[in-house]
Parts: sequence; C-alpha cells; structure tokens
Amino acid sequence: MSVAPARAPRDIAAPGGGGVGDSALRPDGVLKVRGEFAYSSDLWIDGMLWGATLRSPHPRAKILSIDTSEALAHPGVWTVLTHEDVPGRKHFGVDHTWDQPVLAFDEVRHQGEPIALVAADHPETARRALEKIRIEYEVLEPLTDARRAAFDPAYPRVQPRGNVARHQPVRVGDVDAARELAEVVVSGEFQVGMQDQAFLGPESGLAIPAEDGGVDLYVATQWMHNDLEQIGPCLGLAEDKIRMTLSGVGGAFGGREDLSMQIHAAMLALRTGKPVKIVYNRYESFFGHVHRHPAQMRYEYGATKDGRIVYADVEIILDGGAYTSSTKNVVGNAASLAVGPYVIPNVRIDAYGVYTNNPPCGAMRGFGAVQACFAFESMMDRLADACGLDPVTVRQVNAAAEGSALATGQIIWAPLPMAEMLQTARELPMPAPADTGDLRDLPGGVSQTTHGEGVRRGVGYGVGLKNICFSEGYDDYSTARVRLEVIGGEPVAMVHTAAAEVGQGLVTLEAQIARTELGVRRVVIQPADNRVGDAGSSSASRQSYMTGGAVMTACQAVREGMAALAAARFGHARDDLSFTGDKVVSESAGVLGTIAELLGDAVIEETREYHHRPTTGMDPVTGRGDSHAQLALCVHRAVVDVDVDLGLVKVVELAAVQDVGRILNRVALEGQIHGGSAQGLGLAVMEEIVVENGRVRNPSFTDYLIPTILDMPPMRLEILENADPRAPYGLRGAGEPSTLSSTPAIVAAIRDATGLALTRVPVRPEHITGSS
Amino acid sequence: MNARITLRVDGRDRPVALDTRTTLLDALRDRLSVTSPKKGCDHGQCGACTVLLDGRRVVSCLILAVACDGSEVVTAQGLVEEGEPHPVQRAFLEEDGFQCGFCTPGQICSAVGMLQEVKAGHPSQVTDDLTGPVTLDDEEIRERLSGNLCRCGAYVNIVAALREETAPSEETSPRAETSPSEEAES
Repeated sequence: MSVAPARAPRDIAAPGGGGVGDSALRPDGVLKVRGEFAYSSDLWIDGMLWGATLRSPHPRAKILSIDTSEALAHPGVWTVLTHEDVPGRKHFGVDHTWDQPVLAFDEVRHQGEPIALVAADHPETARRALEKIRIEYEVLEPLTDARRAAFDPAYPRVQPRGNVARHQPVRVGDVDAARELAEVVVSGEFQVGMQDQAFLGPESGLAIPAEDGGVDLYVATQWMHNDLEQIGPCLGLAEDKIRMTLSGVGGAFGGREDLSMQIHAAMLALRTGKPVKIVYNRYESFFGHVHRHPAQMRYEYGATKDGRIVYADVEIILDGGAYTSSTKNVVGNAASLAVGPYVIPNVRIDAYGVYTNNPPCGAMRGFGAVQACFAFESMMDRLADACGLDPVTVRQVNAAAEGSALATGQIIWAPLPMAEMLQTARELPMPAPADTGDLRDLPGGVSQTTHGEGVRRGVGYGVGLKNICFSEGYDDYSTARVRLEVIGGEPVAMVHTAAAEVGQGLVTLEAQIARTELGVRRVVIQPADNRVGDAGSSSASRQSYMTGGAVMTACQAVREGMAALAAARFGHARDDLSFTGDKVVSESAGVLGTIAELLGDAVIEETREYHHRPTTGMDPVTGRGDSHAQLALCVHRAVVDVDVDLGLVKVVELAAVQDVGRILNRVALEGQIHGGSAQGLGLAVMEEIVVENGRVRNPSFTDYLIPTILDMPPMRLEILENADPRAPYGLRGAGEPSTLSSTPAIVAAIRDATGLALTRVPVRPEHITGSS
Repeated sequence: MNARITLRVDGRDRPVALDTRTTLLDALRDRLSVTSPKKGCDHGQCGACTVLLDGRRVVSCLILAVACDGSEVVTAQGLVEEGEPHPVQRAFLEEDGFQCGFCTPGQICSAVGMLQEVKAGHPSQVTDDLTGPVTLDDEEIRERLSGNLCRCGAYVNIVAALREETAPSEETSPRAETSPSEEAES
C-alpha cells in the first residue's frame, strides 16, 4: 500500500445518538456542510499527473490508424496509451458482460467512446496533447433505429452476436381469446426520452502505483467489488494487488454502476510509476457514463365496461446503445413490471433491449420500471376515459393486493394496500387555486408575455411498483464487519463495509442499527474499501435492506459475544441480559454495570454476510418466475398549472403516498422521496439527452435542464408502515419508487389541464402548443 | 503570462503566482488547496463553486483569479467560526438540506449571500413591496436560490432549512410565509 493522498476518506464518528426509527443526523453531515467532506475530485497527492481521455467524435467508424508520436513529444506529457497498452483483458462490462473495449480498436460504436489516454503534468497540457493524437477513421453511417434493430434481420449488426441483447416475453392466459370478450379496447404508443443521471460530482479518482506492482485506487463508485472484478483482469493484476477505497461520491443515481475512469487511471499510473488523477468535466461526463434507456412502447388493453382489464398486449423496445451494460437486467425489469401493480388475467408482453450506435444506456434510478410505468399509467388514464371512470377508481378496480399475482405469476407475499393508498392520495387537501391575478404565481413567472388568460389547472395520479434488490436469481449479498472495543473509556462500535454511501444516508442507518443492536452510543463508520467483503451495489434501493441486514446480523453476533462475557461475569442467564445506553442491564436485577467495564481490554469482532431470500429467473418463453426479492409501492398526485398558449408547465404540488414497511429514519426517508420525485419531475417536463443520428446535441447544463429549486414544488407525504416480514426490521427499499410514479402523475395532470394525448416524455412546450 | 496576486481566503492572506487565465475556482482548488468550492460544471450553470467575494456571492468558475487580487474570499469552510458551524450550516444539517452534499458548500455560500441581500433590502422578481424591507417567504427563498442546482433534489429541505434559519421564533409554523428580514441572521 502506498502513502495515502491528501483528502483520502477517513473514519467518521457518528455524532449524537439515535437508533433505528430515530431521525438521526448524518455522520458525514458536519463535514459536508462545512465543505470539508472530501469528494473524489478533491483527491490530491504531490507529484501526481493528470490523465485525459481521447474520445471518438463519430458514433460509428472504423479506426484505420492511431498515431500518438506528436502527442508524446508534447512538453509535459509523460505517456500516451492506446488499446495496445491494455495489459490484460481488452474488454470490460458491468456484471460480467465483457463487451466494452477498455480503449477502442478496429471500430468505434458510439460518440464519446474512449480511444486513447494521456498523462501529463497539468490537466490543460493533457488536453492539448489529446488534440495531437492523429486518428484516421473510415466514417460509417450510424445504426440508430431501435425498432429495426429489434425486428429487421437485414439491419446491419452493431454487435457481431446480433442486435438484440435480450428479448423477454411474458405470457399469461390467452390474449387473443380475451380480445373477443373485451367491451372496451384502448391502445397507445408511448415514448420515453434518454434521461441522464447528471450527478453533480463528475467522474473522478486517483490511482497510485504501489511497490508490489499493484495499484491503490481512490474512486467514487456504486459497487467497488464489481469494479474490481473488471479492473483486475483488464490490468492483468490479481485482485489482492488492487486496493480500492471509496472516495466521496457526489451523487450516483445509477450512473456510477459502470466503470468510467478506473482502469484508465490505473493504466496511466502503472505505466508512468506516478500517481495519476482523472477528473471529467461536465461535457465529458455526459459521454462518460451510461444513461436511462430511451423506450418505444406499444400498449393495448381490453376491459369490460366497468373498467376491469381482461387483457394486456405490450411491446417495449429499450435502446441500449452500443454495449450491453445493464441492458439485460433493465429488460427483465421492464418485462416483469410492464403492467405494474394491476391484476390482469391475460397478458402478452414482449420486452426487447437492443444494440444501436446511440450512447450506451444502463442503470438509472428506477431501472426499466420507469419507462414501463409511464406507459401503463398513461394506459390506465385512457381506460378511465373510455369507461367513464375517474382515474383513481379505475386503478382501484384493477389494483393488486397481498395474495394477488404479478404478470410473472409471482404471488405478492407482503401487504400491498394500493387501493387504500390511492384513496389517501385522493383525499389529501388540494392546494389553493391558481391566482391568475398574481403574475408571480403563473407558469414562467412575471416575465412572460401572457397574463394568465391561458392558464389551466390539472390534477393527475400515478402509481409505481418497483422491485427492491437484484432480481432473477441474483444473490446480491452484503458483508459487514463490526468491531466493539473500549476507546477512551467508552465502548465504541466500528462498522466496516464496502457499501457506497452516495448521499442516500446509508452510513446514518449503519450507525443507527449499531446503536440499537449493541446498546452503545459511540459508533465509528470506517471508510468503505475492499479489505472487507462485497456489499453489492448502491442501487436497486437495496442497501438499507442488504447492508442494513449485514450490519444488523454482524452486530447481533457481537452482541452474542458480549452476552457470553456478561453471563460469565454477572452470573445471569443470557436471555436475562440486554445492552442499552452503554450499560449491561438485567431484566430481573436492573443495571449490572457498564459495557466498558465488561469489555475491559477485550475486542469483539464479527463479520457477517446477509442474503435476501433466493429469487428465480424468468422463464425465457413465458416469463414466469418468482423473480423479485421485494416490492415497494408509491402513489403520486400531481397538481399543475399549464399555460396552454406558451406551453409552460408549473408543477404546483406533488403529494406522495409510499409504503416503506418501517421507517428507520424519517428525515432521511423523506429526502429520498423528495429526490425521487424531483428526478421524475425532470423526466416529465424537461430532461432529455437529445440524440440526432447518434450524436448528443446538448451535453451541458445550459441545454440539458434539471429541476431547480424553483421547479420543485412543495410536497405532501403520507408514509405507511406495512412491514415486509422477510426484510430486516420489516423495511422496504425507498430510493426508487417515487422516481417511477411522479412522472406519469405529472403528465396525467398536464393532460387533465389541456386535454392533449401527450404520449412522450419529457413533455415539451411545443407538445402543448402544437407548434412542433 | 503569470501574475503574483494575494487573495484573502477564509481569513488568511494567500499570496500566489499563477497563469492569468486561471479561474478563481481553479486557483482556490488546485493552487491553494481550498477544495470546499466544488467544480460541477465549470461554466456557471450549477452553482457548486459559489463563494463570497468581498461579501457578494459569485460563481468562482466564471471569475479570473487575477481580477480578485486583494479581495476577500469566503468559502463554506471559512464560514465556520472558532470551530462552530455558521447558523446556515447548522440549519442545513438539522433540516437534512442535502444528500450527497456536493452542491452544499455552494448552496450554503449562496444562502449566506442571499440573506445579506435580503437584509440590505434588495428586491427580487417575486418581492411584493419594492420599497419596504423584504419578507423572506418560501417563494423568495426559491427565487433567490435558483442558481444552485441540487441533483439529489433536496430542495424541499433546503427551503425548510432557510425558513428555519430566518424564523423569528420557534412558534413559526412549518408553512410560515413570513419572517421579518431584520431578524435574519447572516
């Protein structure tokens, strides 16, 4: 191990108190508000070099030659690397996909694909040197039509193995027979644009060559151990030669599940023998990570006159871009959740993930469920209109509940009070009507050219069902090591995991769990690194469940050790003993002593893995299977004002009703619902990476708009606690469900205000004014 | 071309020789090891690099360091006095006005600058009375902080933090719309 850089992560003492259920403060919060929390872009070590990446300007081209000589001769440049310099495996890919070149050779398949690397003594020098790398291309017409990629055998191949990464059907009953029974048929074609995670802390990290020939990597990532499984083979290094430490993560939202600069920085460091830092700028960040899959979806529902759905016929095409990334799993989610939390006796679903020369797409908060949710909730509103029902009633009529089956046949094993949640959402107080006399309250504000004459109010509902944890037979376990010892006269629990704190508040929860399970006040969260076992990814809303579960079980093992000591010391039966407030307490005899006295010099350390209940795969023909580990539901009600003349939307209020199983930290939980709702709002009315013929047209925050504080309305939250009996403390993952349901709720509200069909998100002003 | 300048950063004089094309943000982060202002976009679009320059909030990525010679720069780190967080910092902490925290030093500097602007009576687009003292209601908070992006979407709690920070007493209801600006701590 080499010398640690400045602003490397360190132990964080969790201040104050608070066990499970309390709104404990974030252990890293004091550092964050003081500006002292070190993010990966803040890393520094004297003598370090700066790395930069040459990327393809073309979405599709053959690489005829690469000449690095002029760049190498540039003063201040230490090395220039190409695919020939990749020491080991030439491809990487999240979760064993292995199809993405570390550095492109022979062909580039998307705009922004990395081709060469430079290390120089100044970041500007590195960028100048990139301009001196000569590459000869044979530019080819990009293949960007996802529908043709899915269905046209004559369409040229982006990947040699074919253009369909995965086709997942789901079959229930007999759709064709049910079509005869339907009294009402509604159909629609829906599209979701390409959304970006747009985390504010750009991809960055520092690689330091070590004396043993290995490398120390400080990076912001979501899943260190999966990074490691890719980095090791590509560098040709055994995993024990790579020491990874999680540096401060400036947001993630799925965008850090795939590798970005990790292998590149390590290659430059190993070649030069110097530490190398890489930081993407905002422009590069738009090309430096995968995005949310754009979707084209065709839906047809048949129903009886009273609104009961008798069949669903669904086709979903997800554009995965040039490489696989998480596309296969995104398809699994879209297929299994294509009709959402509705009971439909006859179902035909075909979900496809395809390769094109568009930007690669992969994980983003909501992961395949977001796209389907926009379509099926739009369908529910169409059905309501066709049957003369209100949007809440039509959803209640078809609502799933505990004991009913998903389209995959999986029986819902835990409470799912969807009909009641919809009722709650409907009955929440409404915001005051628009004051069209006060220009400040209108969409767009006082600077607009209209004066409220075209402003219409609308109300809409959305329901989102999200799978929590990884699905389809994946054993995404987590590992925690907990050590209890006396420091400074007090018992201190040290919690060590490889789980990524990305802002969701996992470290807060780890401290709360340790306090509750061990009865101690002081908890220290150690930096996440790979000296402890795999924690799985900070995605799929899974860390409270999985790493929370691992910390809980490791703490319980430590508590057993304490109980054995205490039973021997005080002569009480173990089940008479408990630990609270740093004290050993007997149910029969009261306080027996302090934990500090009991422990003395003893150290109790336990490491535990936590696994959720096994799931099964989806049948490749019928889609049947118990594929999900947990389900979580969120209902949104959106209220909007729309200026129909200008096409401007103001989201007046968002109300959310979410079942979280058990509230572990109300403040942190509410933050997750706020944040998920905000990103859903972004998808509803503003966010899209505009891609034309394979090229990104808006890679900046001037042109890719994300919600500001002005766009985010006040929120009303109703949080339910119907425990999932399988999960630690009964909790349900809470990060994603609100991201699903806010988008269709807002669009439904805009439809309510305008009477327009609005089949595509984001809804743009020209969709409302009809001027597009 | 290089220039020798002195910035007074978080209460300390920091002489530095730098390329005249260096932004204030790069000077702070890469030359003076002051990393509390963050580089989220480097184009003045996100606000993560906001600092107080001679008391006014600015995005430090859009200013050349040479233009700041002799100026007082206060970053989020410099708002801490004698180890105690600034009241705005404490409010962000207590109201959970952040998640990943990357935008937070900029949000906090922006908020401190904003409170001073309110105290000085500068009206905004949503100010009711352009002549009197500004009442810092939720709309004013939103209007005045709209230059600072938070991708985690912690906006609801940021509004709550500043509402809390400017509240005249504990009796203020959570949806309080008014609080006399004179009592705003800044």
